[in-house]
Amino acid sequence: MSLYRKDNQFPASRAVMAHIRLRRAAVFWAVFGHVLMASLTLMPGTAHAVVEIDITKGNVEALPLAITDFASKDDIGAKIAGVIADDLKRSGLFAPINKAAFIQKITDPNLSPRFEDWRVINAQALVVGRVTAEADGRLRTEFRLWDTFAAEQLIGQQFFTQPENWRRVAHIIADAIYEKLTGEKGYFDTRVVFVSESGPRNDRKKRLAIMDQDSANLRFLTQGDDLVLTPRFSPSRQEVTYMSFANGQPRVYLLQLETGQREIVGNFPGMTFSPRFSPDGQKVIMSLEQNGDANIYTMDLRSRKTTRLTNTTAIDTSPSYSPEGQQIVFESDRGGRQQLYVMNADGSNQKRISFGDGSYSTPVWSPRGDLIAFTKQSGGKFSIGVMRPDGSGERILTTGFHNEGPTWSPNGRVIMFFRQPAGAAGPQLYSIDLTGYNEERVQTPEFGSDPAWSPLLK
Amino acid sequence: MNLLMSVSRNPLVLGLAVALALSGCASKNSLPNSPGELGLAANGAVPGSQQDLTLNVGDRIFFDTDSSAIRTDSAATLDRQAQWLAKYPNDAVLIEGNADERGTRAYNLALGARRAAATRNYLISKGVSAARIKTISYGKERPVAVCDDISCWSQNRRAVTVVRGASS
Repeated sequence: MSLYRKDNQFPASRAVMAHIRLRRAAVFWAVFGHVLMASLTLMPGTAHAVVEIDITKGNVEALPLAITDFASKDDIGAKIAGVIADDLKRSGLFAPINKAAFIQKITDPNLSPRFEDWRVINAQALVVGRVTAEADGRLRTEFRLWDTFAAEQLIGQQFFTQPENWRRVAHIIADAIYEKLTGEKGYFDTRVVFVSESGPRNDRKKRLAIMDQDSANLRFLTQGDDLVLTPRFSPSRQEVTYMSFANGQPRVYLLQLETGQREIVGNFPGMTFSPRFSPDGQKVIMSLEQNGDANIYTMDLRSRKTTRLTNTTAIDTSPSYSPEGQQIVFESDRGGRQQLYVMNADGSNQKRISFGDGSYSTPVWSPRGDLIAFTKQSGGKFSIGVMRPDGSGERILTTGFHNEGPTWSPNGRVIMFFRQPAGAAGPQLYSIDLTGYNEERVQTPEFGSDPAWSPLLK
Repeated sequence: MNLLMSVSRNPLVLGLAVALALSGCASKNSLPNSPGELGLAANGAVPGSQQDLTLNVGDRIFFDTDSSAIRTDSAATLDRQAQWLAKYPNDAVLIEGNADERGTRAYNLALGARRAAATRNYLISKGVSAARIKTISYGKERPVAVCDDISCWSQNRRAVTVVRGASS
């Protein structure tokens, strides 16, 4: 980590733009029963210096910062501060300082803090806030982020929400802090859909489940009657595509999260599997198996038109679009073993990109476009790695008995995957920083597999 | 778990249990008291039933790692299945293709399908009507043997023929 300051002007339109963004969020969440109203105000005054983390390096030294309990009549202020601190700590880029070390007790977050009290405990940044109840029952949450060494306010915002959405407010604040201090978008106001597994290994019950990225608010989407696999988020709607064996017919499905309504994608004469949305959310790309061969198809969700993209007597599967939708990466064993290939979105110009030892599978294009994450099998081990879209620069992030199925955080910084240990225990979810550092277990109440990260909730 | 494993590994155990249950029921009511009197084969299986196929013919074949080639020992089993299916022309079957757990999910679904298709194609080549054979793949999702070495993986790389009753 390098800590430095530079001149910086607050964009005048920042508060306005953020306001619009969050109003859109209110509409987005209304259908889900989580109405979020928010407005933002910037404090008067302009910041001239910014504390920053350089996260372009390999092993980033975490930035020490102080996150104080938000002032409130009950424990909600401490709970919000706790969620913010947990988010930032789990990223590996921040080191929240133990509250016992704090010298100043913040009683009024609208007053300038005693910066020297925070500098002396090496808090590079300070987060303060207050939670109050509005007359209409909504929760009002204000927070400020201070650069303690420059003695400048970096962010001042307030949010209005229903009390049950307090965790979401905390994640939005954590994202704002992350973005301000790293220069990259955050990823805390997101969710994960995955397969929750229970029961013995030869009789596993599998249910689709959804939870916040910090494992809170878990909800089951299916009840375990049918085998379900590989759920993926829509980039644009409250919708998931997944594979189910309902009625003894293995098919790709769409599931509306707000209504629970589900439907089969397309009318294909065989098993459809390994689905994923296109970046605009208008297509589902998947494999169709016929007489032992698997090829890649798309279905346009508006016109219902299906298009065949590959035509082999091999297994072509795990397709994933580039963020702009121009290209598709997939795996194929057409050359004998599973390898990664890239083609244009119309199926033309299919080119192999993986040439290392072993086999490569489950490619997923980074939301930033610069990398492809994959599973690699070599020497009896299963690894998670990344390479550039031209196949160069392969880096293995984690290796072991069985690691599989990477998914990207929406800012392209963190990869989640599942790990199956040897023995009777089932798989668990893990996350790891793009650098290969900061591997963390992602808590789930049962065994977990096939994670898929949602986009940032706009 | 051990019992479950031994049942799934050794179809004979299942057959004996069925036979014991049947004979026990028969003797209690002083009714026909042997498999023969009940019109059953010596091991208690109803001719043309799943038990008959499992016990007297062999309901499953196994594959090498990452392969869908029909092995010589598997071909012998499938030859018997084809003869058996010729004897019971009203039976339709579902071939369930499976993979071991040492692969990634989507690929193993396709690999199981490839194994089921290879099995189906072999039976068709031996005169079984294509209309009588459907296939499904469970990929690596339905292991019958659970351990972390070849002794289990080799049992999970399988195609199982399941009798579905009269074909339509």
